Amino acid sequence: MDTMDGNTELRWPEEGLTHIPDWIYTSDEIFARERERIFLGPTWNFIALEAELPRPGDFKRSYVGDVPVVVTRDADGAIHAFENRCAHRGLEFCRALRGNASEFICPYHQWMYDLTGRLKAVPFRRGDRGKGGMPPGFDMNDHGPRRLNIATRHGVVFASFSDDVEPLDEYLGPETLEHFDVVFANRKLKVLGFYRNRLNGNWKLYHENLKDPYHATLLHVYLATFRLMVAGQKSAMFVSGKGRHATAASAKDDSAEIGKDTAAEMKNAFRDDMALEDQEFIRFVPEFDSPWTVTMQTIWPNLIVQRELNTLGIRHIVPRGPHAMDMYWTMFGYEDDDADMARHRLKQGNLMGPSGYLGVDDNEAIRFVQDGFRHSVSDRGIVMLDPENEGGTDTLISEASIRSLYRHYREVMDL
Amino acid sequence: MSSNLSPAEARELRFEIEEFNTEYARALDALDVESWPDFFTEDGFYRVTARENIDAGMTVGLVWCDGRPMLRDRAAAIRKTMVYAPRWLRHLISNVRVNGIDADGAIEAEANYLILETLMEDETRIFQAGQYRDVFVRTGEGLKLKSRDCVYDSHLIPNDMVYPA
Repeated sequence: MDTMDGNTELRWPEEGLTHIPDWIYTSDEIFARERERIFLGPTWNFIALEAELPRPGDFKRSYVGDVPVVVTRDADGAIHAFENRCAHRGLEFCRALRGNASEFICPYHQWMYDLTGRLKAVPFRRGDRGKGGMPPGFDMNDHGPRRLNIATRHGVVFASFSDDVEPLDEYLGPETLEHFDVVFANRKLKVLGFYRNRLNGNWKLYHENLKDPYHATLLHVYLATFRLMVAGQKSAMFVSGKGRHATAASAKDDSAEIGKDTAAEMKNAFRDDMALEDQEFIRFVPEFDSPWTVTMQTIWPNLIVQRELNTLGIRHIVPRGPHAMDMYWTMFGYEDDDADMARHRLKQGNLMGPSGYLGVDDNEAIRFVQDGFRHSVSDRGIVMLDPENEGGTDTLISEASIRSLYRHYREVMDL
Repeated sequence: MSSNLSPAEARELRFEIEEFNTEYARALDALDVESWPDFFTEDGFYRVTARENIDAGMTVGLVWCDGRPMLRDRAAAIRKTMVYAPRWLRHLISNVRVNGIDADGAIEAEANYLILETLMEDETRIFQAGQYRDVFVRTGEGLKLKSRDCVYDSHLIPNDMVYPA
């Protein structure tokens, strides 16, 4: 259903967390509530990597939810974020994707903001030859874009509109921090470039996709065919931060036998007539202090951290109403990568992204799900796998961390 | 790359490259991904990347293939493993320009491209606008791409990109 017409009460199905109503993905009313309580509420939202803003004066356009913000590094090296909106007439004044500036001047009436987002100049504030101008009591300190709270961890910058949000490490929780730090704590990042795509699906579906290891061995024929992930390999889901954040981990094991029963269940996900001509492509070069060759982290509400073999990146989710989201991908390696590793990362980048061997599958599946929600008469889906668990688990055949997310979501959303 | 071509030579090369691009587009519009790697040399390089990255000196590619084996692996993935809704494409290639030829005969050229995508039960849309930045070499089988960089302006990929540009 597209709207709440005929369903005036937003009442979660009586069965509870095993049943998810379609209207959380399609309703404008729900989207507005998510904006207020989640994105503008007490959450930490990803806005930038410090490696994108290496020098004083560097800035980029970014988003908290669907709210445009400017992220800057000031002359002292501190990171700031403020709404990309002139305090005067509301213009989204910063139009360049990124750049270097000493201040921002709104083009309409040339109000000027410094790199911290504070209003510094208003032309003709005192009028012209004694006429016009701002009222005498006008104080520039009382006007300016909304400035956000900032927290960083190992070069990853988060922002919050809320003053009530807990400290970032508490917000993320130990299980998330452990795998996050494997990627970010030890080596200096080098940004390799960006992808951007618009997905015709609700933004929560991206979180669900990565909290759903069940699909990995079934949708992704590529993963199964080239033994990057099959049921029976070592894998786990770690959950923290009130059930919101998850890390899907797996360890590639070329020697693992695939049992007859497993193979039978996966019969449509294998292509036994395929072999890679370029075997180098899926080689894993050990470089991390971790038993896992893959960790995919969903950090509520807008960040994915991808460590898939040697291809690394973050995905920034920008929701665009209930039916669409933009994905901003920043792919990176490390400053100390040698030429071979730099090349290997670029090559392995083909796995993920809007044209990735795995990325295309997910983007299509998410769109198909949204199509189902929009056009059908049935009104709910089910997430019942692995009923003994909620949150973390050690089997791929589980939806336990989708349920833990929705326990938290229902609480925040009063549903 | 020195532009040491006479106007007549440049015109003739341009015509040859236009013929090449017509066949290239024809193969992709027929969704004949298996023949796509044959437009490249054995060590041919192929990348699809946003103009945003090129302008910033960033090396990443949405698609980044180094050599014909890797191009064939991508073709096989498109045919056999990737999951996507059926679609038709039109590659329109124009504004071919020959920029020069080096001492070994490598030809540097460029062209604009436009890809129209049609999903079933949906309207045709402009999927991508971009520029090919090419290096061709002459082989026993005619011109082949030593490298093709597909640099797209289109800032947001609509959903995903299944077939090559």
